[in-house]
Amino acid sequence: MPLLTQQIQDEDDQYSLVASLDNVRNLSTILKAIHFREHATCFATKNGIKVTVENAKCVQANAFIQAGIFQEFKVQEESVTFRINLTVLLDCLSIFGSSPMPGTLTALRMCYQGYGYPLMLFLEEGGVVTVCKINTQEPEETLDFDFCSTNVINKIILQSEGLREAFSELDMTSEVLQITMSPDKPYFRLSTFGNAGSSHLDYPKDSDLMEAFHCNQTQVNRSVLNIEFPIGDKEEVKYQISVK
Amino acid sequence: MKFRAKITGKGCLELFIHVSCTVARLAKVCVLRVRPDSLCFSPAGFHGLREAGLWCEVRRGAFQQFRMEGVSEDLDEIHLELTAEHLSRAARSAAGASSLKLQLTHRRRPCLTVAVELASSLGRARSVVHELPVQVLPRGAWRACLPPSLRAADASIYLPRWRTLRSIVERMANVGDHVLVEANLRGRMTLSMETEVVSIKSYFKNLGNPPESAGAPPNGDLESVVQVRVDNRKLLQFLEGQQINPTVALCNIWDNSLLQLVLVQEDVSLQYFIPAL
Repeated sequence: MPLLTQQIQDEDDQYSLVASLDNVRNLSTILKAIHFREHATCFATKNGIKVTVENAKCVQANAFIQAGIFQEFKVQEESVTFRINLTVLLDCLSIFGSSPMPGTLTALRMCYQGYGYPLMLFLEEGGVVTVCKINTQEPEETLDFDFCSTNVINKIILQSEGLREAFSELDMTSEVLQITMSPDKPYFRLSTFGNAGSSHLDYPKDSDLMEAFHCNQTQVNRSVLNIEFPIGDKEEVKYQISVK
Repeated sequence: MKFRAKITGKGCLELFIHVSCTVARLAKVCVLRVRPDSLCFSPAGFHGLREAGLWCEVRRGAFQQFRMEGVSEDLDEIHLELTAEHLSRAARSAAGASSLKLQLTHRRRPCLTVAVELASSLGRARSVVHELPVQVLPRGAWRACLPPSLRAADASIYLPRWRTLRSIVERMANVGDHVLVEANLRGRMTLSMETEVVSIKSYFKNLGNPPESAGAPPNGDLESVVQVRVDNRKLLQFLEGQQINPTVALCNIWDNSLLQLVLVQEDVSLQYFIPAL
């Protein structure tokens, strides 16, 4: 139906961003994992969408959704950026329920016309269509943690399940979290110093959870502990966390 | 005044438990009207349709035994006011029971006695008896307990799949406090709401309209849409926790004034009125 395709193409031309997913949960699951603040910044290029959530300029979570995950993905300009209420976005994406009916999928079409326009979501399940228009805001500058490869001394990639367990067991009476990385024992250590004493969680370099271990020098870093880190469910999507 | 009734059978018991719990969720104090052929629940202290209200009827067919004698021969009804939570708690203790008996008794004061027979796995029966204090309402207070009698609705339509409806209203309630319900006599319905941040609209079609819908659209056009804006938390309260499989689920709309949801399953019918905001 060349005429219909042309029509859709013409309609699509007005949008800076068009993305379609057969299963909206592929998107909502990832976004739920970084949902620890109300607002997020979305940054779309032809490679995909990056969604960033920041807290007090010291914690940043990013979700990268590659263009290949979408059934349709078009970005008209070089990049498209906007800030949006992530809580509302998640409510809209799960409008048909957070647990899907067995055998049904909820389809999503997302359209953004550009600066000043709302983000449009078209969701469909079982013949019912829901249209959401969410107002967008000026994108805020997000921290650039400058993960530039040349300055990296040590790089460790861990599967997040293990890290999630570790984080849930951390002694919260400790003011700091100390991270030790070393080419010698203990290789990778998380330490806390709380009311009851100090505790250390060690990950040997040949652990099953280690995806990559490159340490040249012993490094000890401390960070403030009382930041909440939600690490979501990881059945479908594998997360990689780099501590540099 | 006498009243004695017994429910046996898993299906009927579950339905009765469900009705008691629904009433307790939507009203603190309720009125139980015992009539010759049914038990009816209504909200107590109801003053016209300025607030949402739930009316339930459990017909005689749901009971294995049903015997009543009203106040007098020509006033063959009993009106009892009670705390809804007491009844729902008593009813919940009948989950998996073999029978539930209701009886109007007098133990220093009027009571509704709820006696539950439980068959234990060891073969020994246990019974649990609840005495619910009730207040017998005088004749003068009876009229206020009837469901509102209204002119025919402007539009009448079958409800969409319950789970979908509940989920949409639940998400809308997260974001704002109202929902606009629109319907026409061509089986189309929409739910919508908007705030400063977001607007959400859901479209349902092919829902079907009840055949006997006496609803006459304002200008005779079946496509013309009738609407009412209501508090979506009230709507959500009714939608939540409904586990029954109604044979009939529909809603009636009086343009810009009232929304009524009607559920019927076997001998039980529930109707919930929500006035426009």
